[in-house]
Amino acid sequence: MGSEQANLSAWQMLFAQPGLGRSVAVSFASGLASTALALLIVVLFLAASQGTWLDRSLRRLVSPLLAIPHAAVAFGFAFLIAPSGLMARLISPWLSGWEAPPDALIVNDPWGLALTFGLVLKEAPFLLLMSLAALPQLQAEQRLRLARSLGYSPTLAWLKVVLPSLYPLIRLPIYAVIAYATSVVDMALILGPRLPPTLSVSILGWFSDPDITHRFMASAAAVLQLRVTLAALLSWWLLEQLARRLSQRWLTNGDRQRGEALFTVTGRAGLTLASLAALAALIGLGLFSVAGFWRFPELLPQSFTFDHWQRSADMLAGPLVNTALVALLSTGLAAVLVVATLENEQRQQIHPTRSLWLLYLPLLVPQIAFLYGLVVAAERLGIRPQLALVVAGHLLFVLPYVYLSLAEAYRRLDPRWLYIAQSLGVSRRRAFWRVRLPLLLAPLLTAVAVGLAVSIGQYLPTQLLGAGRVPTVTTEAVALASGGNRRLIGVWALVQAGLPLVGFMAAVALPRWLGAPRRAPLNVQRQG
Amino acid sequence: MKPRSALATAVALALVTFTAPAVAAPDPQEWESVLDAANGQTVYWNAWGGDARTNRYIAWVAEQMQESYGVRVEHVKLDDTSSAVARVLGEQQAGNDSEGSIDLIWINGENFAAMREQDLLFGPFAESLPNFALTYPDENLEVVTDFTLPTEGYESPWGKAQITFYYDSAQTDTPPQSIEALLAWAKEHPGQFSYPRIPDFTGSTFLKQALIELTDQDEALYAPVEDADFEEITAPLWAYLDELHPHLWRSGRSFPESGPNLRTLMSDGELSLAFSFYPTDAAVAVMEYELPESVRSYVLEGGTLGNVHFVAIPYNSPHKAGAMALANFLLSPEAQAQKQSLSMWGDRSVLAIQQLEPSDQALFEQGESHPAARPADALSQTLAEPHPSWMNALQDAWLERYGVN
Amino acid sequence: MNNAANALTLEQVSIHLAGRPLLHVDATVAPGDVLTVMGPSGSGKSTLLAFIAGFLQSTFTAQGQVRLGDTDVLSLPAEQRGVGLLFQDPLLFPHLSVGGNLRFGLPHRSSQKSAQIAKALEQVGLAGFEARDPATLSGGQQARVALMRLLLSQPRAVLLDEPFSKLDTALRQEMRALVFGQLREAGLPALLVTHDEADATAAGGPIIALG
Repeated sequence: MGSEQANLSAWQMLFAQPGLGRSVAVSFASGLASTALALLIVVLFLAASQGTWLDRSLRRLVSPLLAIPHAAVAFGFAFLIAPSGLMARLISPWLSGWEAPPDALIVNDPWGLALTFGLVLKEAPFLLLMSLAALPQLQAEQRLRLARSLGYSPTLAWLKVVLPSLYPLIRLPIYAVIAYATSVVDMALILGPRLPPTLSVSILGWFSDPDITHRFMASAAAVLQLRVTLAALLSWWLLEQLARRLSQRWLTNGDRQRGEALFTVTGRAGLTLASLAALAALIGLGLFSVAGFWRFPELLPQSFTFDHWQRSADMLAGPLVNTALVALLSTGLAAVLVVATLENEQRQQIHPTRSLWLLYLPLLVPQIAFLYGLVVAAERLGIRPQLALVVAGHLLFVLPYVYLSLAEAYRRLDPRWLYIAQSLGVSRRRAFWRVRLPLLLAPLLTAVAVGLAVSIGQYLPTQLLGAGRVPTVTTEAVALASGGNRRLIGVWALVQAGLPLVGFMAAVALPRWLGAPRRAPLNVQRQG
Repeated sequence: MKPRSALATAVALALVTFTAPAVAAPDPQEWESVLDAANGQTVYWNAWGGDARTNRYIAWVAEQMQESYGVRVEHVKLDDTSSAVARVLGEQQAGNDSEGSIDLIWINGENFAAMREQDLLFGPFAESLPNFALTYPDENLEVVTDFTLPTEGYESPWGKAQITFYYDSAQTDTPPQSIEALLAWAKEHPGQFSYPRIPDFTGSTFLKQALIELTDQDEALYAPVEDADFEEITAPLWAYLDELHPHLWRSGRSFPESGPNLRTLMSDGELSLAFSFYPTDAAVAVMEYELPESVRSYVLEGGTLGNVHFVAIPYNSPHKAGAMALANFLLSPEAQAQKQSLSMWGDRSVLAIQQLEPSDQALFEQGESHPAARPADALSQTLAEPHPSWMNALQDAWLERYGVN
Repeated sequence: MNNAANALTLEQVSIHLAGRPLLHVDATVAPGDVLTVMGPSGSGKSTLLAFIAGFLQSTFTAQGQVRLGDTDVLSLPAEQRGVGLLFQDPLLFPHLSVGGNLRFGLPHRSSQKSAQIAKALEQVGLAGFEARDPATLSGGQQARVALMRLLLSQPRAVLLDEPFSKLDTALRQEMRALVFGQLREAGLPALLVTHDEADATAAGGPIIALG
């Protein structure tokens, strides 16, 4: 749509928008900073906590945290840190003397710090899960023993001998996180700055502006957003090169002790704090879902009620069924496609090709622009909104996550298992079903669980491709969120979080039930 | 299978589809035939879904429509009405002129203006609806006027909104009664008032309210903005806001995201004076435990902006008969009375209640009142909405001045 | 060199698994000597090494004393025990070059690191291999680099866990001579666990049979 002239004026109009530079800067910086912080937290935690009680407990917590939808975390986190939030109430008025909330700009700060920390809460569990899935391939235990027998302190040893090999395995997930964080909409709406908002939030506003000319500008802005995301990825890549250069000397300087205490303390504290914050956010939502009147500075609601749950109960059934149906179909399809792709790659001995970038495209392009294009394309082809279209739309976003959760484990499975099976007279097909899949059960289930969580969290694909005719728990939750009733938001966010949780618990329980206790996805010790 | 073919499969999957036969638009003049055609249709009603009570009311309407007319009503819950506008526009661009996915939209103001301008609406139909006469449009021009634009039968009135202020009477004795007084009040109570960030709808309405009170050239606001001297007319508004902002919540360095966000901030005790477009908002919030019992509502002494909200039918709706039957039912005394009752939703009726049959009038008397709701006589103090072009111009000018802190 | 001061002493060491006794050892290894512990798989010989090095899994319980000279090593964390390990896998770090692996073993404050590395490589016939990627080395070459990395870290004792079992026969002879020669030259007490009698013979020290 639109001639060259309209195109040109759209760009002019975009660049004339007040605060565009700041919007771009905040999107770029919060995306990079949150990823760096989340990675730092995860890496230091893994380095500092191997085999400890903390390690085991947080590993168990990671998947439930991953399952909570972004918007729910954002709402809960905003309520935690706001001047009238849980933390302020904890110290008011007996310590702070605040009878009324202080007028301080904490949430929605112009630097995007609240947004950055909110993003970290969601990114850290994802990166931790990806790391835990990759670690068993690295003989980490043996490397550590060796390094410690050479005199290296445990945390420093991990950083020097395991991390350099782990990083390449989690690089793609990290890139996915950067792409997501630079273009995130829902968290930025709740936690991000407002004068001006992040680029992604501005784009959403322009796309839904009744004034048609804003839509051309929104398309131009979507192209700009893509460039911002690519620039962030490029910057990260450059930082990677720099870090590699700078760390080269440190890795082999023979220093066995220096920084150990600092790394250990920050490593354990970092993820513990992040987990506690996410947990507190969830508890805040839970409290609201049963809260009667609740005024500052009361730490607990003055009264409790089940009204909010009761009234939502009637409206839950349909959306729950739709959510489960779409999530299972899209994730099931994605799992089949990914396994088929990887198995073919193994059999034909092809190396992963450049066409893989196509797979990641939906993660790179701003969702709203991408989906609006899809809607127009589907309409043009005469495809009317329906369940199948929604499933296909979800597939586009589930597929890359399932792929990046599974690919490394799949490729690194020792091929000798299959050689042995085949040498015992088992056909290739049977070897795939009887040997490879059972051995890969844990990573496969983790990938499926991630896929389910991604599908359940999708708002725009469900709403746009289904024209709202396939209401899911998430579309209902987002619609209700626009009404700002925190009690109802609490109810629906908990339901929304509960669904993927069921998926994750199944992923943990199923292998045990199938008789492979050591291959439970979240505490894989050794593999193959 | 390569990833590329995986993607292709995904698209192919989407291609497995069917298309429904197109239905010719019925003539609203022949109401019996409309009802006949409506029977058995499914109407997809796209309406904002941010309020549980509205949703509950629409669910009740759906039950009634199924029972009385055999029409299935599906509430498509939106987070923003403009996404429905975008959808119809997209369908038009793609050449889908008869099988649109939306049959009825809850709409008014600039969204209506935009859809009319792009010729995206079906009509005229509203004035042919049997129940439309109950609004007595000749005496109540607001049911045929939307932000100064004549509706010309392209949308049917549904409910009434008016800017209503509310405050906690336990904390504030004398809330400000005018925009001027608001400034003085804000200076005395720094950080306890704000308005939603522009271009939010409620926030923009606050700008218009302030402009109407501050300018002495009111008539210019009811004509397109292009015909007026924007700089001169709005100068008092910017002078006022420059003075007001340092005394707002967060010193005007951030603004609440939306109208409902104001209510949440009131609930948290961060604000002690707020406003809403829904006159019963505060009362409902008290019933939903969000606000304390001591909250009271009022309108400014010189009156506040009010408008009517409507339902409209997209030009490419395949179920226009069902949509008209629904729009007509929404205008029935029974549906309007249910809507106005505080225990259901609390949205004011567009019917001329005093002119209804006594038995119908009685329906409206069942609704209970609530101390936090504003007084019933406030309706007379309604100011009309300016021309929609003012909204855009004000939004752009505001963003230019205050959009970057 | 004071023998008593640098000997590795295992005093009444016994290890249990789920209450069942696994092994019992009582021995002293003088500097430059190699004590060989022989036994079939499952006899617990690797568990003994894990105990001394500080990596015993919590499913095992152990009693007894382990001393290096006068130091009670059991009270120290693994990295401060000064006990070096040589496994059957050379475990060269893939993210470091050959030189980087050796440098990794050198103490932080040692002087002339490059010269030390060059000399160490020369000693095992790999002069000039500093910049090579470990993955491009043969199994025997990797084993030699792993040995020199261990020795450069200046351990006070060395534990060998079937270090030759993955090498082919000809190479095995050569490596045995090299490893035991280097250990003797460095004057380190060493503990070898193996199931190969030829290893024990080549080590030349006392032998304890388990299981």
